[in-house]
Amino acid sequence: MRNWLTTAAAVGAFAFAANAHAQETLTIGVMATLEGTYTVLGEDGIRGLEMAMEQAGYEAGGRPIEIIIAATDASPDSAVRAARKLVEQDGVDIVIGPLSGSEGIAIRDYAKTQPQMTFINGSSGAQETTYVTPADNFFRFNMDGAQWSVGLGDYLYEEKGYRNIVTIAEDYSFTYTQVFGLALEFCAAGGEISERFWVPLGTSDFASIIASLPDDVDAIYLGLGGGDAVNFLNQYQQAGGDANLIGGTIMVDQTVLQSRGRAKEALIGTPASGPQGDTWEDENWQAYVAEFQEMYPDRFPSLLATAYYNSANAVINALNAVDGDLSDGHAAFREALATMELEAPNGLITLDDNRQAVGTNFVTEVVEDADGNLVTEVVSIVEGVNQTLGYDPAVFASIGLPSRDIPECRAYE
Amino acid sequence: MRRFIQRNPLWALVILVAVVIFLWMIFAIWPEWLEKLMGDSNKRTFVNAILNGITQGALYFLVASGFTLIFGLMRNVNLAHGSLYLLGGYIGFEISDATGSWYLSFLVAFIAIGLIGIALQIVVFRRMEGQELRQTMVTIGISIVLADIILWIWGGDFYQIWAPDWLSGPVTTPFISGIRSSGEVVYIKYPSVRALILLAAIVIGIGMWLALNRTRIGMLVRAGVDDRDMLAATGVRVQLVFVAVFAFGAGLAGLAGVVGGTFQSLQPGEDTRILLASLIVVIVGGMGSIPGAALGALLIGLAEQLGSVYVPTYSVVLTFLIMVLVLAFRPQGLLGR
Repeated sequence: MRNWLTTAAAVGAFAFAANAHAQETLTIGVMATLEGTYTVLGEDGIRGLEMAMEQAGYEAGGRPIEIIIAATDASPDSAVRAARKLVEQDGVDIVIGPLSGSEGIAIRDYAKTQPQMTFINGSSGAQETTYVTPADNFFRFNMDGAQWSVGLGDYLYEEKGYRNIVTIAEDYSFTYTQVFGLALEFCAAGGEISERFWVPLGTSDFASIIASLPDDVDAIYLGLGGGDAVNFLNQYQQAGGDANLIGGTIMVDQTVLQSRGRAKEALIGTPASGPQGDTWEDENWQAYVAEFQEMYPDRFPSLLATAYYNSANAVINALNAVDGDLSDGHAAFREALATMELEAPNGLITLDDNRQAVGTNFVTEVVEDADGNLVTEVVSIVEGVNQTLGYDPAVFASIGLPSRDIPECRAYE
Repeated sequence: MRRFIQRNPLWALVILVAVVIFLWMIFAIWPEWLEKLMGDSNKRTFVNAILNGITQGALYFLVASGFTLIFGLMRNVNLAHGSLYLLGGYIGFEISDATGSWYLSFLVAFIAIGLIGIALQIVVFRRMEGQELRQTMVTIGISIVLADIILWIWGGDFYQIWAPDWLSGPVTTPFISGIRSSGEVVYIKYPSVRALILLAAIVIGIGMWLALNRTRIGMLVRAGVDDRDMLAATGVRVQLVFVAVFAFGAGLAGLAGVVGGTFQSLQPGEDTRILLASLIVVIVGGMGSIPGAALGALLIGLAEQLGSVYVPTYSVVLTFLIMVLVLAFRPQGLLGR
């Protein structure tokens, strides 16, 4: 009897200890651009993340979740600094982020020095991040800038009848990737890109660039984001510009479409492409938008909110799958991430062998809705867009990495 | 000027030739070889870049003149100057949004930021007079606090102040861009808002020069810049002059915020960008000199705009290059003493 009691007590104590282990708080570090020209993008990313956490009740796999946010400013070194703070100082268990293209490349390299940590990308979209020497512990549940351009080139050539365009874009990895995707498709269809302008990230005065734009082209592609986009539109209208515009993914995005002032009105009717169409009929999407607007009245989720929402949900799902147990060096958790089929509001997302998202892309046009807000309307949808954009991997590799003048404007076969 | 020509006849000739070439490039119709020479760009691009450089310089001048005046008089590097600029812009936005009047927003921003300047001078700087390092640290602290308060109130969204309708769209300048085969003359167009801002900055600049050189207050300020102890010893209430100058300098920064919000945009981070720009302007022009601030602002504005068109990749470096050259050969600034 005495023996039995001791055993029972021991078992009870053990069970209690195990339970205590499961209840241990899990900290997730989040990186977002909360400084500089992309501040508003970072803020919206955090909104999306917090909404996912709120829905899960800040709990996954039986463990309460604590969030630590670190600010970056879209520069690679600020991202590495933030990641080091989260990993080495705060001792977080998982990192979500970063937001911007070149930050992603830097974090891929940093991830290789921290093999015990798992990184889930926030929304950064440079091709190189997962295409060249990918890190085993870096997962990206959003498509890259080139995938976000899929469908646009054909639409411009076939439907809009554009034959000759110029591009203006910020001078860094993400926008290289965006123009890369656009050029491949538009040039393969037979279009011509007569000039590519590259401006520094954080340019506040575009007036001289606007004055030097050729006026004998069919349309101008704008690969700008955040404050740069707003400044460009403002100054473009002041200069009396009236050319046809084409929007890059973060140019025609709610972060710009919700800006205060009238500059954005220049965008009405502008075709663009990206991972979401604001007025998509899909049930999941409508539910997501409704829930977002309940949590943040008078706001419409931007693609950054959606991307961070998806990344956070991927983490929550994977944690649920392994019951919050990361004690095996994240092995089971990573396996759960890699094999996940994420039912995201903007379509099904799966990962390829480089842990890069394969997903759905939307070609859209900007319209004014009944309340006078600017939203994007879906024109066409392309499903199952992979990182090589449907090209044979060998052909795709022969094109080279996105840069100021790659790809050339021709059909690759 | 005559003395300069007598002393440096060679340099005077070089400058004269450069000015003549420049004027010719502005007024003549460009021949084809010149378009080739300028990297296949046309005259419209060039003239626009020049004009934009001057308007950009006008904005920098508005901010930097207050900065340099405060430094010249009080030996106080006010690193919160950029925050005053941004705050002025947001206040201007709220006013123009609420009342629909663009002009009123300038007035309110000027007065509101001027008042904040007075408060700063009386509450903060008077307590630590002559302790430059401490003042500098405190102003950095204030700028961080202000930036967070601004972020808290207005968030990270982008704001533009909308100019009245008669200013939207371009005006036609007297510069000829080319002649069509039909004989029709094509004139270069330029955004009207910018043209107005340029005019306003010139008026303010001339007004400041007159006030400094032709009025009693200006005399006091100039005397204070040269030797404030002697000025105090002659019985002038220096503290009052300090407060007035600080209020005016801060008010100008607020005014500039509305200008910046009209032809660029307001967002977090603009405060440090504009502070950095005015630091460079003041270093290039010479600390404490108003004409120096004008020259520095013009140089930096032109470098940014011409750079963004002709050497886009290196345009970021260009302004710093100018600063390095000035520091290497004339460390007190171009017009500094």
